[in-house]
Amino acid sequence: MTEIFGVPIQALMGQLMIGLVNGAFYAMLSLGLAVIFGMLNVVNFAHGALYMVGAFFSWMLLQYAGINYWWSLLLVPVGVGIIGIIIEKTMLRWLYQLDHLYGLLLTFGLALIIEGIFREVYGSSGLPYDLPDVFRGVFDLGFMFLPKYRAWVVVASLITCVATWYLIEKTRLGAYLRAGTENPQLVQAFGINVPLMMTLTYACGVALAGLAGVLAAPVYQVSPLMGSNLIIVVFAVVVIGGMGSILGSIITGLALGLIEGLTKVFYPEASNTVVFIIMVIVLLIRPAGLFGREK
Amino acid sequence: MKRKVLATLVSAACMFGAGSAFAQQGKLSDDVLKIGVLTDMSGVYADYGGPGAVAAAKMAVEDFGGKMFGKPIEVLSADHQNKPDIAKNVTLQWFDRDKVDMTVENLNSGVALAVTALGKEKNKITIVNGAASARLTNEDCAPATSIHYLMDTIALGNVVGKAIVKDGGDSWFFLTADYAFGHSLEKDTGEVVKAAGGKVLGAVRHPLSTGDFSSFLLQAQTSGAKIIGLANAGNDTVNSIKSAVEFGITKKQNLAALLMLITDVDAVGLKTAQGLYLTEGWYWDMNPETRAWAKRFEERMKKKPNSNQASVYSATMHYLNAVKAAGTDDTAAVMKKMHETPVNDMFAKGGKVREDGRMVHDMYLFQVKSPAESKAPWDYYKLKGTVKGEDAFQSLAASRCPQFKK
Repeated sequence: MTEIFGVPIQALMGQLMIGLVNGAFYAMLSLGLAVIFGMLNVVNFAHGALYMVGAFFSWMLLQYAGINYWWSLLLVPVGVGIIGIIIEKTMLRWLYQLDHLYGLLLTFGLALIIEGIFREVYGSSGLPYDLPDVFRGVFDLGFMFLPKYRAWVVVASLITCVATWYLIEKTRLGAYLRAGTENPQLVQAFGINVPLMMTLTYACGVALAGLAGVLAAPVYQVSPLMGSNLIIVVFAVVVIGGMGSILGSIITGLALGLIEGLTKVFYPEASNTVVFIIMVIVLLIRPAGLFGREK
Repeated sequence: MKRKVLATLVSAACMFGAGSAFAQQGKLSDDVLKIGVLTDMSGVYADYGGPGAVAAAKMAVEDFGGKMFGKPIEVLSADHQNKPDIAKNVTLQWFDRDKVDMTVENLNSGVALAVTALGKEKNKITIVNGAASARLTNEDCAPATSIHYLMDTIALGNVVGKAIVKDGGDSWFFLTADYAFGHSLEKDTGEVVKAAGGKVLGAVRHPLSTGDFSSFLLQAQTSGAKIIGLANAGNDTVNSIKSAVEFGITKKQNLAALLMLITDVDAVGLKTAQGLYLTEGWYWDMNPETRAWAKRFEERMKKKPNSNQASVYSATMHYLNAVKAAGTDDTAAVMKKMHETPVNDMFAKGGKVREDGRMVHDMYLFQVKSPAESKAPWDYYKLKGTVKGEDAFQSLAASRCPQFKK
């Protein structure tokens, strides 16, 4: 068997595949963050908590109402989006004109409160969410067995990412949004309801987190801490990609998933830190991130 | 004469069970007996110890009567967030400022090592329940002030390791949490496996609280080992098992969860966890006594206790009885009583606190029931074997504790 640095090439391919799956999660979460930061100038620290809420919502729908996974995919993002609207309408909108720090502190506080509530009610061990029956089983890729569900995660998140990118960069609505961020007064003068647009942007951004939560529920333990474990990495992804860059966050998310996967083979102890090492290097060389524009 | 009358009165009062009059005989150093429960209240191990452990300590104090020599017994608790430095600061404040006499629980091996070292320095009693590293009674032992109560990595490896190798699982690969506890568990179980004639093919070390285990599991799969030993705990174990089932690894290889408690089984669900072998020092459904205590616990906490929480109750009670018998809260006197008196309660029968601080009691090998076998909520275990304390734990002769090294 061919080997690269003492690791069989087949094993390496398997690891890269898994890196891609994890990268898909990073991409989807960092996408939501990038949208919110790019359009609203808010560093949304509640993103991880809302991802967790998404996972819990789909667990609750199944547990209490018998509503299956497919409906969850549709209903949960709407539910999380509504929470987003409430947060934006009641709290966040007063902070747009202030320094980034205020938005960061507010959303960080919200994240702690939301996590605390769920921990109080459901404990810290988490809850199991059964895999939908369609996804039981694995694909034999020759070099590895890929669980069907993981393959679905990659497909679903790529579709979501491309759709979001297209919406913002290529459609008229996206153009309004981008213009609204650049110069809200002017856009408002053209008769466009900028505050409403902002609210909906935040709602859509966190809905993406909710959707990622639904996708994560069957693979990871649905636990109150699942968001805080992930959010810091996702922030690093956004910083590396360039704050606010949609395409940057998608590509960086996938790439970092792959790099993390490789680290797990060659030096597993560092697998939690490698993303931050890259972040430091990127910030030193390109302070605006790989895909960011210097202002 | 007066004294004689008083003595008669006192003994009469004792016979009628009025503890308060009797209590005047003992002496507390600062007019209150304080017990500190140091645990993870909000992180990955919060269900493993956490609020349940605090409740267990409080139950012990209430069952004892709430007073020692007529003076109040207080239970303090703190969240160490799984950080040894925080644990050290809290414990230092407890000992120096709050006059805490004893700390119990101290889960997380990193925390436990820091706290027992501090107890040794300050001459205060530290009872370790939730942490498993065998270093606590070996290299880093503190036999004059510390007791390791529930289990350790040697006993865990001994019971499960031996049973599995005997069953034909003779090649192992470890998935290890990268800190003191995981390293101890990997090493100690590996030694048991080798001694029983098995082979250790390798190990991969993952950071604590890893999100995704599939990558590490693939490495375990590539190793071709018959048994994948999970030298981790809490959510890490739960997520490892879930991923292993998802990736179809359990079809060809078997998992051995080296430290898994009933709360973890509850979190994974029987559908995924069925068939797993695990070791615990206690299970709620063993006899009428355990069931009765578990019922009282459940009324407070809305779930069944695990072995760690039960052991916190037992340890706290053992300590309180020792203070009472010694007539003082002086560390040396209380420790002497705790060593002398066997532990006989709902947690252990004939348990003995050995000279090196190891509390030796029977350990049990359980197998997780299938969903069909489980008749009620929390009806999760089939008892597969009882291992006598002296066979489960390391012998005193093998101790690496400097005081007992032969």
